[in-house]
Order: sequence, then C-alpha cells, then structure tokens
Amino acid sequence: MLSSMVNYQARLDRTFAALVDPTRRAILAQLERKDSVSVSELAQPFVIKLPAVMKHLDVLEDARLVTRSKSGRTVTVRLRAQPMREAMAWMRRYERFWSERLDGLAAYAERQEAEARSTGR
Amino acid sequence: MTSLSLVRRIRARPAIVFDAVTTGEGIAHWWGPDAGPVLLSESDPRVGGRYRVRFRMRDGTEHESSGEFLEIVRPEHVLMSWRWQGGLEDPGESRVEIRLRPIPEGTELTLTHAQLYDEVTRRSHEEGWIGSLDKLAAHFSRESIAL
Repeated sequence: MLSSMVNYQARLDRTFAALVDPTRRAILAQLERKDSVSVSELAQPFVIKLPAVMKHLDVLEDARLVTRSKSGRTVTVRLRAQPMREAMAWMRRYERFWSERLDGLAAYAERQEAEARSTGR
Repeated sequence: MTSLSLVRRIRARPAIVFDAVTTGEGIAHWWGPDAGPVLLSESDPRVGGRYRVRFRMRDGTEHESSGEFLEIVRPEHVLMSWRWQGGLEDPGESRVEIRLRPIPEGTELTLTHAQLYDEVTRRSHEEGWIGSLDKLAAHFSRESIAL
C-alpha cells in the first residue's frame, strides 16, 4: 500500500516534470491532433534540431507520455493517455476537496447572515 | 491544470463570509463535519500571521493544513500559503487565494488554489502553459476517468 502510493507519487512527479517544458507540451499538442506521427514530421514545426527533439522525446517516453516504435528507418511516436489521466485525477481530488469545503462554508455563512438579520444587525 | 478555481454565490454579506474564512472560530464551524470533525483550528488573520487546521477525514486519517497570510484585505481578499501535513502526499507549498465580491444576493466567492504542483509551477508563468494544458485536459476528459 505504502509503496504503491510512493510509486504513484513518483509517476506524478515524472508526469508534471515532463509537462513543465513548453517544447514538450507543443510536441504533445501535435500528437493530440494526429494519431501517430513520425519523428521527422514531429520535428518540422520546431526551430530546434532533430537531436534536441529526440532528447525531449526521451523525457516524454520516460514519463510514459509517449511511445516510440521503429519500423525500417521511420520512428513513429504515439501519445499515451494513462499518465495524463492520473495527473487529471490528482487535480480532481483537490477540486472535490475544495468543493465540499465551500459547501460547508456557504451553509455556515448563510446561517450567520440569517442570525445577524434576526437580531437586527 | 496546476491551479484550480471555484466560484460560489453565498447568501451572506462579504464581511460575514470573510470572517468565516479567516478566523479560527469561523473555520472550526464549516471545515467539518462532512469530512469529519475539526480537531484544531487556529488563525491569526493579519499579514505574516499563521493559520492551522487539523481535521479527521471520513476514513479516519488525520490531516493538517497550515500556512501564512500573505495578503489580507477585509472583507474582499485573502492570499495565503498552504501546505498539507500528514498523509503521504505532500506536493509542497502552494497558494490559496479567496476573493469576495458583493452581489445583490450576498457574496460571490472565488477560490483559487494555485501552484498546486511546484515542479510545474516554478515555471508556470511561461506563456501558453495554461492554454496548452487545458487543451490536453479537454482531450483526456473525453474519456471517463475512474477515481
């Protein structure tokens, strides 16, 4: 249980760390539009050179955000959904937490308001 | 994506909402009981003052959130640092901001929890960050997410 939580945390760290870079996010956005893309196609819109793109792909692959497969001389890149889903789920837990707290706050403040009015404040 | 924002309309005047949010006594009244009882609630609502809320969740685990008031303007604005203690997850220090705006029926409250993941947020001011991630989020939310 503990180790699975630690692994989960480590995966989240990797996902968010990979997402921090604007070039990597641009790569992911490109992959989002197409099902799979060759590395050379992927590198086209960027001013940076192919080896730099490859390095970014290494990071994305370590974070399991993409997979690469080689067929002949072409390397194809695909987006993987799972780490992104985990990152989203993590954010949603916070959202639910705050949503419940704010429900409590609203109920309490409205009781206070009613009380203030009944005592003429 | 690394910051979340919630808006609530509350039928109470801003000063009442503000005190409920910032005073130890106020917090103790609303932080629970849905998620379990509030065990401790302390607050010193002035710039540089600290707050601490300890509570028990439904699953029996105890958590504490604490931080410092960074900006405070009664009854419209509070900015505080935020940190979880207890539990396995500590994503580091983040920021919670609450803005209150008077509306005819009472108060419109906007809560923003920013810098949620400090790995990301160190550079979160980078252009295009929010936009591109929102797009990705939209992409993945099309699929159902099991929590």
